[in-house]
Amino acid sequence: MKQIIQISGFLALKEIWRNRSRFLLVSLVIALITLLVLFIAALGEGLGNGNREYISKLDAELITYQSKSDFLIAASRLSKDRLAAIRRVDGVADVGMLGTANATLILPGDVEPLKVALLGVQPGHTGEPAVVQGQQLGTDLSDEVIIDKNTALRSDLQIGENLTIRVTQGTKDEFYTLRIVGISDGQQYSLQPSVFVPFYAWDRIKPKSEAEINSSNPVANVILVKLIDPEAIEEVSANIAAQVNNVETATLKEAIQALPGYSAQQSTLNLQGGFTLFIGVLVIGGFFQIQILQKVAQIGVLKAIGTANPIIAMASILQIVVVTMVGVAIGGFMTFLFSLSFPPTVPIVFNGTTTAVAIIALLMIGPLSGLVSTRYAVRIEPLKALGLS
Amino acid sequence: MMNTYALETENVTKTYQSESGVINAVDEVSLQVKPGEFVALVGPSGSGKTTMLSILAALLKPTSGKVILDGQDLAAMNEKDRVAMRRNKIGFTFQANNLVPYLSAVENVELMLRLNGRLDKTGKIRSRELLARLGLAERLHNLPGQMSGGQQQRVAIARAMIHNPSLVLADEPTASLDTERAYQVVETFAGLIHEQNRAGIMVTHDLRMCEYVDRVFQMRDGKLVQIYSTKSEIMELVKGRHD
Repeated sequence: MKQIIQISGFLALKEIWRNRSRFLLVSLVIALITLLVLFIAALGEGLGNGNREYISKLDAELITYQSKSDFLIAASRLSKDRLAAIRRVDGVADVGMLGTANATLILPGDVEPLKVALLGVQPGHTGEPAVVQGQQLGTDLSDEVIIDKNTALRSDLQIGENLTIRVTQGTKDEFYTLRIVGISDGQQYSLQPSVFVPFYAWDRIKPKSEAEINSSNPVANVILVKLIDPEAIEEVSANIAAQVNNVETATLKEAIQALPGYSAQQSTLNLQGGFTLFIGVLVIGGFFQIQILQKVAQIGVLKAIGTANPIIAMASILQIVVVTMVGVAIGGFMTFLFSLSFPPTVPIVFNGTTTAVAIIALLMIGPLSGLVSTRYAVRIEPLKALGLS
Repeated sequence: MMNTYALETENVTKTYQSESGVINAVDEVSLQVKPGEFVALVGPSGSGKTTMLSILAALLKPTSGKVILDGQDLAAMNEKDRVAMRRNKIGFTFQANNLVPYLSAVENVELMLRLNGRLDKTGKIRSRELLARLGLAERLHNLPGQMSGGQQQRVAIARAMIHNPSLVLADEPTASLDTERAYQVVETFAGLIHEQNRAGIMVTHDLRMCEYVDRVFQMRDGKLVQIYSTKSEIMELVKGRHD
C-alpha cells in the first residue's frame, strides 16, 4: 500500500508539475466555482439573516397568532385580553406583545432617510432586545427607543440623541421625536434595520389608516410566549390552544419558515448553489475524461511495463484531489479578498458552518466527477501500447 | 533435466472468432531462446508476429500452449501475476509513445526500478551510467519531447534493460528512424543483450536489421515457417531482400 501511494504520488505530481499551466487553468476554473458557491452561500445566509434575525434571537419559545392568520405576523391581530388569557396558561413564564410596522427615520443634514422596521415591544418583557450599550426601555408609554446595531451603523446616531420618525397616519405625514436610550446587537426584521419603542408609544406613532386614528384599543400583531420549561413546547402549545380562543401558536422555527418570502428565497439560493456545484462536477469530470482519452497510449505503456491497476487508479484520483484542493484554496482566498471590499450594508454573511459545508461539498465534487475517468483509466488494455486493442 | 532456455514456447495458439469463422492468429508455434541470444521475429503484416510478441510479453493469454519464462508458465498465470512478470522479468520497447512524456530520460529509466521497489542509490547511479553508455549523458534531464526519435528509442532500451530482466522485447524499434540511426540502435541493443546475457527478441519488418541477430524466426499466416540459424543463412536473407 505504501508503495502504491509512493509511485502513484510520484507519477501524479510529476505530471501535474510538468503540465502545470494546464492544470492551473483547471484549478482556476474550480476557484471561480468556489467563489461563486461561497458567495451564494453567504448571500443566502445574509438574506436569511436579514429576514429572521430578530425572530431567531428572541428569548421566547412560542409565538401566538390570531387563528387562521397562516403564521403571517403582519396579518395577525391580537387584542390585550388575549395577553391576559395566555399569561394564565400553565407553563407560561412571560408574555410580551409585539407590534410590527414600517417607518422612515429622518436623519439630520442631507442624509437619505432610512427605512426601518418599527417594532413595539413591552419593556421588561420578552420581545425587548437586550442592549449592548445604554439602557433598556423605561415604561410602556415613554418616548424612548432602542435602535439595533444596523440602524446605529447606517444613521450614525448615538445614545442620548433624539431621532425623528416619519409615518403616515390617515392622509397626513406625522413626525415623532424619540430619545435613544440604548443600542442592541443586530436585530434586523424583514430585511430592514430595527428600532424598538415601548408598545403603547408604538401604538400611538405607528402608521394608521383614517379609521384607526381614533381607535383607542391597542392591538398587537402577535404575542411572544416564554416558557418556564423550554422543553415543554408541545404541552404548553396544546394548553394555549385549549384555553385561549381564536389563537394559534408556532415555534420560532415555524415562524421563521412562514416569514414572507423566506423559504422561497432560501430554496432559490440553495438551488443555485446546487446547480453551481453540479456545473463544477461536469467541468472537472469533462476535463479529466478528455485528458484520459488523450493518454490512452501512454497509460497502455505504463501498464505494459508492469504498472499495476491500483497505481494507475490512485494516480488519477490523487491528481483530481490535488487540482481540486488547489482550486478551492485559491477560490477561498479570492472570496476572502472580495469579502473585505464589501460595505457592511451588503447582506453577505460568512457563517462558519455554512462555509464549511460549502467547502466540503466543493472538495467532494472533484473525486466524484473523476470516478468516470478513473474507471476508464483502469479499463485501458495494456495491449494499447502495441497499437492493438 | 535443467532448463537451458530463458524462454520456451510449446505449441502456442491464439484463435479469434470472426464473421468468416475461426482465425488462428498464431498457430502451434514452438520456439526457444537462450540467455544471451538475440533473435528476430519477422514476417509480413498479418503473419501473427505482433500477436506472438503480445503473448511472449505476458500481455495476451494464448488460447492453448505453454509460454515458459524462467521456468514459469505465463499462459497459466492470472492477470496479477502476469503484471508482476512484466514488471520483474520482462523489458519492453515499443514502436511509438514509448516513454512517459512527463518524466525525464533518467526518470523514465528509474521508473522500472521504482515500480519494482528497487530504486536505491546504486540504481540511480546505474541508470545514469547506462544512459551515458547509450550516448545520452547530456540528455539525462530532458523530457521525451525534447529528444529525437533515436534518442527516445535509446532511452527506451535503457528502460528495458535497467532492471535486469530475463527477456527483452522490442517491437519495431526502428520504425520511426532513418537507416543510419536504425542500424545504430539495433547494434547497441544487440551489444547490450549479448553482454548482459539476456534473451532478446526483436519484431521487425525490416530484414536489414537482422544483420545483428543470432537467429531469425520467420512467420507466415500464424505459423513459424522458417528458422535461420547460421550467419550465412541470415546474411543471405538480409541481402536477398536488400537487392
